[in-house]
Amino acid sequence: MREWLRWPVLRQLLGSDPLGRGQAARSAATDREHARTEDADAVVGSVCPYCAVGCAQRVFVRDGAVTQIEGDPDSPVSRGRLCPKGSASRSLVTSPDRQRRVAYRRPYGTEWEELDLDTAVDMIADRVIRTRDETWQETDSDGTRLRRTMGIASLGGATLDNEENYLMKKLYTALGAIQIENQARI
Amino acid sequence: MAEAHPVGFQWVMEAKRRGAKIIHVDPRFTRTSAMADTFVPLRAGSDIAFLGGLINHVLRGGHHFHEYVVNYTNAATIVDESFADTEDLDGVFSGFTGDAYDPASWSYQGSRVNPAAGERDQWNDVLGASEHDRAAAAGGSTPRAEPETDPSLTHPRCVFQILKRHFARYTPELVEQLCGIERWRFHEVAEALVANSGRQRTTAFAYAVGWTHHTVGVQYIRAASILQLLLGNIGRPGGGILALRGHASIQGSTDIPTLFDLLPGYIPMPSAHPDLSLDDFVATNAADKGYWANMRDYVVSLLKAWWGEYATAENDFRFDHLPRLTGDHGSFRTVIDQIEGRVRGYFVIGENPAVGTANAHQQRMGLANLDWLVVRDLNMIETATFWKDGPEVDDGETSPTEIGTEVFFLPAAAHTEKDGTFTNTQRMLQWHHKAVEPADDQRSDLWFFYHLGLRIKSKLAARRLERDADQRERDRPVLELTWDYPTEGAIEEPSADAVLREINGTDANGRALSSYTLLRSDGSTRSGCWIYCGVYAEEVNRAARREPGQRQSWVAPGWGWAWPANRRILYNRAAADPAGRPWSERKAHVWWDERQQRWTGHDVPDFEATKPPDYEPAAEARGPEALRGTDPFVMQGDGLGWLYAPAGLRDGPLPTHYEPQESPLSNTLHTTQRNPARQLYHRPENRYQPSGAEPGAEVFPYVFTTFRLTEHHTAGGMSRWLPHLAELAPAMFFEVSPELAAERALRHLGWATVITARGAIEGRVLVTQRIRPLRSNGRTLHQIGIPWHWGPNGLTTGDAANELLGVALDPTVHIMETKAGTCDIRPGRRPRGPELNRLVATYRARAGITEHTGGDAPTPDGEKRDDGTPDSGTTTAEGGGDES
Repeated sequence: MREWLRWPVLRQLLGSDPLGRGQAARSAATDREHARTEDADAVVGSVCPYCAVGCAQRVFVRDGAVTQIEGDPDSPVSRGRLCPKGSASRSLVTSPDRQRRVAYRRPYGTEWEELDLDTAVDMIADRVIRTRDETWQETDSDGTRLRRTMGIASLGGATLDNEENYLMKKLYTALGAIQIENQARI
Repeated sequence: MAEAHPVGFQWVMEAKRRGAKIIHVDPRFTRTSAMADTFVPLRAGSDIAFLGGLINHVLRGGHHFHEYVVNYTNAATIVDESFADTEDLDGVFSGFTGDAYDPASWSYQGSRVNPAAGERDQWNDVLGASEHDRAAAAGGSTPRAEPETDPSLTHPRCVFQILKRHFARYTPELVEQLCGIERWRFHEVAEALVANSGRQRTTAFAYAVGWTHHTVGVQYIRAASILQLLLGNIGRPGGGILALRGHASIQGSTDIPTLFDLLPGYIPMPSAHPDLSLDDFVATNAADKGYWANMRDYVVSLLKAWWGEYATAENDFRFDHLPRLTGDHGSFRTVIDQIEGRVRGYFVIGENPAVGTANAHQQRMGLANLDWLVVRDLNMIETATFWKDGPEVDDGETSPTEIGTEVFFLPAAAHTEKDGTFTNTQRMLQWHHKAVEPADDQRSDLWFFYHLGLRIKSKLAARRLERDADQRERDRPVLELTWDYPTEGAIEEPSADAVLREINGTDANGRALSSYTLLRSDGSTRSGCWIYCGVYAEEVNRAARREPGQRQSWVAPGWGWAWPANRRILYNRAAADPAGRPWSERKAHVWWDERQQRWTGHDVPDFEATKPPDYEPAAEARGPEALRGTDPFVMQGDGLGWLYAPAGLRDGPLPTHYEPQESPLSNTLHTTQRNPARQLYHRPENRYQPSGAEPGAEVFPYVFTTFRLTEHHTAGGMSRWLPHLAELAPAMFFEVSPELAAERALRHLGWATVITARGAIEGRVLVTQRIRPLRSNGRTLHQIGIPWHWGPNGLTTGDAANELLGVALDPTVHIMETKAGTCDIRPGRRPRGPELNRLVATYRARAGITEHTGGDAPTPDGEKRDDGTPDSGTTTAEGGGDES
């Protein structure tokens, strides 16, 4: 067929698709397009990370990267729906603005510095131990047992998993840190 | 709800399609109002007056569900004769000591009962543990002391009569005066509620932080509870008071609490008392009757989960490894302690207090005075960058070279990069599977705390020999802590599945337990959170179940797992009448099956499965066995729904209308302007404004309320960095009525500045009829709506609403008032640099604000008192009585 005979308008006028809503409007480029969800390597069951309605998500993965997140129609809670935030959660997890590296600011420093993760965890462990030692309260002035540090506090938890909150509360309590709080209060 | 929980709102629309009447009560007309049958605008901060009016309507008209109220609530219980009501004492209850309450006079006649939540230890403070309690905790068989009752509900001191008197002045006229709700509109709501409650029908209340963020927040919920109990709407399908919570696992982080006053499963953290043993602790906190009587089983199983083989009966199961509280250690107290140098290290995990917490400036002052700060988040939030480009640096108030805080920013893994469970707002745990590996330094918080714990344990073990005996003892709780989780992959990610299994608990043979009823106090069982016991029953992760909803009943028990025991409606024994039959076929949920001699139904019954409706306990019975076959509220110490709370609250057994901490109006109900037990912090960075008739109140003539948008999330850490959301809601704004715009020369889409005693912020003006002036107490009152998602970082930037808010707290739960404040608004942008503070200082001066403003008690010379404590500079904590 000559090139000009493939013009959509001619196909619409001459072919079996006079309204131009089917075959006449298709092109090789159209045929090459397909949904990201079709060629996913895996579809993983998940839950929306924003509010507490708990809408179920399907996470589509290809080559080790998230390519799409959609509502899961099987959920008796959400029946496949997601709100604007839930619908945007693919960009939450794939955003180029997301931080990927540890950043360190030394006391009175004016800029961020690089620090490797292992060193950062080690330095934090040292600071926890030092602060705990320096602020330990074994008893109050009447000799009543306190067994705690008032020098270390923590904030956050409502955006985390139950398992994460559990390890936090367990570790902090063993350390004697009691000023442990999250968004449920504020 | 349509805006902040849009997907949940589909069920409201489903109900509407089936004929339900939808009523929306809010200071602002929103998408929810647009879909409702009736919209009821009210003055922010006046809800107790509104709910009290509805309670009075029910009581005065005899519209309560009598059979439900007599059998399932404490309406018949007689209260101690020493109790005096706010109606008798001009706005305070009996027991007020000047800044806090002694709750002894609120108790039942002839018996005391521990609350199932709230301030459980307060009896211990007041009375000390009695011999009876100690005996009961040790499993003794002392006969129970039963409170006196009058089932005819006519005794003048029975709860029902006390309620009638307490709410008698909450008339439609008072509601109109205090709330700005016209009488015809109030009647429409009251009549709809009554018509839609009873055997055949139920009514549900859904609320969010618009009800909790007040200096009387707990009492807002109590007021709704009273109304719903009177109407028979608790424990029944289509009923309830439904908290619409705002974070994916905020329910989970309350159940497994990263909260100072709780251990997992709502077990209180122990407070410091001389020689406190495990038995003393249980005696003062557990109940005699119901499932809280088994608290020792839950506590010992928790201690075994944490300290394993080291926890034995001989050493009280390592109860002394738990640190002790001495009052309020909530996050506002903590920030003041940061400013004053007592708190030196701070972990901030997925939260953004530098813009997300009331009085954001005070939060940043705390951050700037730390030795070290760890921030873990997805994005570079303001809490991590305050030292570099926070408002105080921009204004020239300080500079990075003056801020000594060492900051570690650690990038977090997202929900798609880790396994784990969220607990949603209906108490349902849902597992999310890891889809991809996190990149570079991104790690889950599970990874971080597991590896931090390992590192700390090994460093403490390594220094053991250099330490003296006392020091070694101090490290023992960490060294003995069970911390042995299998890891996966190159990054050694700990197994969330293994952690969930520990939370569930195991029996003496190490097998997963199937129910909290199997937990024992002899050390043979372990469970990290007793209410979650059963989520891993039969070694199956039930949170990961995804049986499609369309293949299940409407209860959908095969999707996820709801605590406790996969029950979808709590206290559902109340869905059947005292004889165990459904109140109506239409509202059948669980019922007594006479043939099988057990409870059955659409849901898992929230009751002992084989206890018949006519069961009467023996005099010596305790725990669940001490509850009658008609006592549905199995966590309550008397098995009943509490219309009146004899214990557990710090500000009274009944809700009473008080004005917010800052209000343009005087309280016309009584001369007590504000909740007398509220918690205040009089500090230079946290000044309060005058209210009502106090001089200077006119400087801040408008009411403001904060709110959320559909397109953003909380303080913006998960939304301001996303291009779609930033484009959908691109700018901070103030919602004002055309009348207020005219009064203050505000132009739609132009700039305006809102000012309080704490700060001034700018935003675009949104002039809209969605927010209307109200007539309240004979004057026209303007309200301003302020979203709180913004801050200086991200793709869409703007001033944070939390710069405006002061810290004034509910005394029971230490939650701040963000939903009703006063302010001024004027056209134009706010000044920059030092001029900004000068503007705010000018307002403070004009209003005559001092360190005493906003307090209550006058001193003899007529001046407001100053009860600042010597060691805390200008800090004063008022109310609550729990300064440590």
